[in-house]
Amino acid sequence: MKFTKAAVSGALALAVAIFAGQGACRKKTFDYDARSTIVLGQYASLTGGTADFGKSSNDGLQLALEQINASGGLLGKQVSVTTEDDQSNSDNAVAAVSKLINRDKVSAVIGEVASTRSLSGGGICQSSRIPMLSPASTNPQVTKTGDYIFRICFTDDFQGKICARFAKDQGWKRVAMLTDTANAYSKGLATAFKENFPVDMIVADENFKAEDKNFEAQLNKIKATNPDAIYLPAYYTEVGLIVTQARRAGMTMPFFGGDGWDSPQTQSNPDTVGCFYSDHYSANDPSEATQKFVKAFAKKYGHQPDAMAVLGYDAMGVMAQAIKDAGSADPKAIRDALAKIKNYDGASGQITIDENRNATKSIVILNVTGKPVPDLAKRYDPGE
Amino acid sequence: MGQFAQQLIVGLSVGATYALIALGYTMVYGVLRLINFAHGDVYMVGAVVGFYLARFAVGAGWGVAASLLLIFGGAIVVCVVLGFLIEFLAYRPLRNRPRIVVLITAIGVSLLLENTAQLQWVFGAQPQKYPTAIQLALNARIGSAASGIVVTRLDVLSLGLSLALMGALSWIVLRTRTGLALRAVSYRFDTAMLMGINTNRIISFTFMFGSGLAAVAGCMDGIRYNADPLMGIQYGLKAFIAAVLGGIGSIPGALLGALLIGITETMVKAYVSSSWADAVAFLVLVLILLIKPSGLFGRHEPEKV
Repeated sequence: MKFTKAAVSGALALAVAIFAGQGACRKKTFDYDARSTIVLGQYASLTGGTADFGKSSNDGLQLALEQINASGGLLGKQVSVTTEDDQSNSDNAVAAVSKLINRDKVSAVIGEVASTRSLSGGGICQSSRIPMLSPASTNPQVTKTGDYIFRICFTDDFQGKICARFAKDQGWKRVAMLTDTANAYSKGLATAFKENFPVDMIVADENFKAEDKNFEAQLNKIKATNPDAIYLPAYYTEVGLIVTQARRAGMTMPFFGGDGWDSPQTQSNPDTVGCFYSDHYSANDPSEATQKFVKAFAKKYGHQPDAMAVLGYDAMGVMAQAIKDAGSADPKAIRDALAKIKNYDGASGQITIDENRNATKSIVILNVTGKPVPDLAKRYDPGE
Repeated sequence: MGQFAQQLIVGLSVGATYALIALGYTMVYGVLRLINFAHGDVYMVGAVVGFYLARFAVGAGWGVAASLLLIFGGAIVVCVVLGFLIEFLAYRPLRNRPRIVVLITAIGVSLLLENTAQLQWVFGAQPQKYPTAIQLALNARIGSAASGIVVTRLDVLSLGLSLALMGALSWIVLRTRTGLALRAVSYRFDTAMLMGINTNRIISFTFMFGSGLAAVAGCMDGIRYNADPLMGIQYGLKAFIAAVLGGIGSIPGALLGALLIGITETMVKAYVSSSWADAVAFLVLVLILLIKPSGLFGRHEPEKV
C-alpha cells in the first residue's frame, strides 16, 4: 500500500510539473502561426432556451467558412472553427470559452448572440488576451469588458435612437410605451428611445413583466390616451400576446419595436400586420452582398436566413478579413486588425469598427406584412 | 368610469379562470389535506390538448361551435383521465405515509408533466398560439361600441362557463349522494370509511372533477393567450393563493378568493404599476391571513398530532 501511495503521489507531482511547464511554455512561446491550419473557436447556444438564435448564427457562420475554405482559405492555410455548445447557459459559456482557449488554443473566438453570455465569455477572452467578436449582442456593456472584445452589430443605444427618429419621421405625435421591466434589453431600448423623443409626445409609459400573460389592464390604460403608435421593445413571444390582446380590445394603431421581434412567429401572426421593427438587415435589401448571401443561404439550408444567420455570416467574414489584414494568426495581431476594420462590405451592410469596438452600420426598419419576409420600410445610415 | 368598468371586466375575466383552477386545489385539500402541486400542470395539459384538437378541427374545416365543443370536450376527457391516473399511481400508494412524502411526490409529478410537455415530440419548449380562426371568432365584440367598453365573446364565455361549472359543482356537493359522501370524507376521513363510504372512489372523483375544471381553464387561457408548457407554474401559484385566501377546503371561498385576486391584480396594474401587481396581491393575502388565519371562509381546525 505504502509503495502504491508513494507512486501515485510521485506521478501526480510529475503530472503537475509537466502541466505547469506546458502552461508556462504556452504563455510565452505558443506559436499560432506554426500550425498547418488557422484554428478559430465559436461558442453558441445550439440547445436550450434560445437554441433558435444559436443555430441560426451557426448556420450563417458555417456557410461563410465553407466559402472561405473553398476559395483557398486564409494566408494559404485552411481555416477550422471549433464549436462549443453553451446550452443557452451563462456558466456553460464560461466553460466553453475556457475550453476553446486552453484546450484548442484558438486564435480568436466568435460568439455569443445573447448579451448575458457574451459578457460571461468575454471576461475569459479579455483576461486570456484572445480577441472575441460577438455577432449579435446589442447590450452596450458587452464591448466595455475590455480592448479584446468586439461586435459587428449595432448597440441598443443606437437602435432605440433610430426608433425615436423613425417615429418622428412617421409623423407620430402621440406615442405610448410598453416596457418589460424585468428585461435589460427592453429597458435599454426604452431608455434610448426616451432620450431621443420629445417628452411631451410620450402619452403613456406603461410596463409589464415577461412571465405575465394578461396585459389588458395596461393596454386599456394606453387605449384611453389614444396614441398614434405604441413602442414595444420586447421579445417575440410577448409581442405576439400583447398585440393580439390590443387588437381584441379594439386598438388598431401600429406597434413598433426592436430586433427582439425577429421571428417567424411575428410574421405569421395576423395581428402584427402593419407593425414595424428595427432590425439588422432585410432579406429584400437589393444590395449585391445581401442578395448573394440570401441566395447561397437558401441553397444550402432550404429556407430564408433571419437576422442571426446574416450576423453569424458577417462575423466570420469580418474575422477572416482581420486575419488577412494582420497577415498572421496571432491573437494580438488579429485584435489590432479587428480594431481597424473599415467599410467591410457585409451581407448586413457596411461594417466599420469604431474606437469603442462597436460596429457603426446602417439599421433597417421592417414592416410586417403577413408574408414570411417582412418589407423593408426604411434604412438609416450610421451618420444620421 | 368607463375605464373603471372596462378594467373590472378584465379583472372578473382573469379571476374566473383562477377560480376554476383554485377549485381543484381546494377540493383535493378538503378531502385529503394535500396540496396537489401538480394541479397547475393539469391545467397546462388542458391547454396543450386543446391546442392539438383546435388544430385538428380547424384543419378539417369544422365550424367554430363544433370546434369549441371538441376542444373543451376532448381536453376535459384527457384531463379527467390524467387526474385519475395521478391520484391512482402517485398518491394512492402513499395514502398512509406522512403528508410530507405525498407533498414531495406532488412536486415530482409537477416536474414530470412540465418536462414531458417540453419534449419536442410532445409539444416543445416554445409557446404556441391556437389557430387564428378560433381566436378571431371569440374576439368578436358584444354590445354597442358607443359606450367605449369592449366585451368580447371570450369574456362572456369564460365568465359564463366558470359560473355554470361552479353551479354544477355546488349542486353535486350539496344535493347528491356523492356530494354527501364527499362532505363526509372531508369532515372525518376515518369515520366516513366506518360509515361504509367508499373513500377511494370519492377521492378519485374529487381528482377527476378538479382536473376537468382545470382543463376548461386551460383551454380558455390557451385561446386567450397561448399554450405554453410552463403556464401552469404562474397560474397554478395564483390559483393556489386564491384558494388559501378564500380558506382552503372551502368551495365558495375559492371562488371569492380568485375573483378578489384577479380584480386586485388588474386594478393595481391599471391604477398603480404593473411592477406592484403581484406584491399587492400577496399583501392582500398576508393581511387577510393575519386577521383570519384560516382564510375568508375557512374553518379553524387545530393541528392534529
